Amino acid sequence: MTWITLISAGIITFLLRFSMIALIKENSLSEKTKIVLSYVPSAVFPAIIFPAIFLDNSGLLDLENNPKILASIIAIIAGFMSKNIIATIFAGLASYWFLIFVYY
Amino acid sequence: MKTKSQIFIKGLLDVLPLLIPVFPFGVIYGVIGMELGLGPYLTFASSFIIFAGSSQLVFAQLLTAGASPLVMISSVAVINARHLLYGAVLSEYLNKLSIFWKLILSYFMTDQAFATSSKFLKSNQETGISHYHLLGSGFTLWFIWQASTLLGIFLGAIVPEQLGLTFAIPLTFLSLIVSDLKKLDHLMVVLSSGLVATFFYNTPLKSYVLLAAFVGMSVAYFFTLRIIKENK
Repeated sequence: MTWITLISAGIITFLLRFSMIALIKENSLSEKTKIVLSYVPSAVFPAIIFPAIFLDNSGLLDLENNPKILASIIAIIAGFMSKNIIATIFAGLASYWFLIFVYY
Repeated sequence: MKTKSQIFIKGLLDVLPLLIPVFPFGVIYGVIGMELGLGPYLTFASSFIIFAGSSQLVFAQLLTAGASPLVMISSVAVINARHLLYGAVLSEYLNKLSIFWKLILSYFMTDQAFATSSKFLKSNQETGISHYHLLGSGFTLWFIWQASTLLGIFLGAIVPEQLGLTFAIPLTFLSLIVSDLKKLDHLMVVLSSGLVATFFYNTPLKSYVLLAAFVGMSVAYFFTLRIIKENK
């Protein structure tokens, strides 16, 4: 049963990836649609980013003494200055490790 | 004029920076899968069959929590619904390809491959072989994901949980949108989506992902209408 569930989840995921590529035809996207779609990363990624930073393991809001918030701010500053993906991630991870192992 | 293999290699190289956090994420997923008691086969098969990290983690958690199959499948679908929008963007550049190519490239389509290759596809559309870039970025991520999952399965409990490597996940996504945070319209979209996700995190089926995306896209639609109005 577990395997059937896993394979079903895989098929659904594949269909979500495949359906638009297979169904939408050339030039069927209007200028308006293209502008809207350019916002997709900004609209979807925060749904993964915010809870992972602001919530604790039990899904409760954690704003006090939360090293992830400060580490994320440092990552954003590093991202602005370096314009580099690796530098952004490592600035965040390094400051996070500093905060949890040294500061706290 | 570049050849197919040169474009494939370019896709491979372009996606590499984005894979630095993907590798530890894959290792963590492997370790967590083993710790949750999925066993090596289910843990690895998820990376092969679902091939979408955050939804795999949710699948593993729900499975070991004893959730019903329908809840597990819907959760994976909700979390991966964002691929619909990626597909809609990429379809414009891939529509001339055969069904075989569309099947292959769909399987390899991920957040990182999309982020890496959509710009290349847009600016090299006329060459007719630009999809090799997506194949290069997609296959490279796939390979690294399978390898890192395997490594995680073998490492098991050796990786210290105290390192908090899962924090690399939000950092990855943050690094992908950080350049847009300077634009007020993007910042508003980011904040509305992020706040909805945070405050509706406990909605059933982890549907907060879809809810947050919907609110974010609604705000984006408002800005789109303004842009179109200004251009007229």
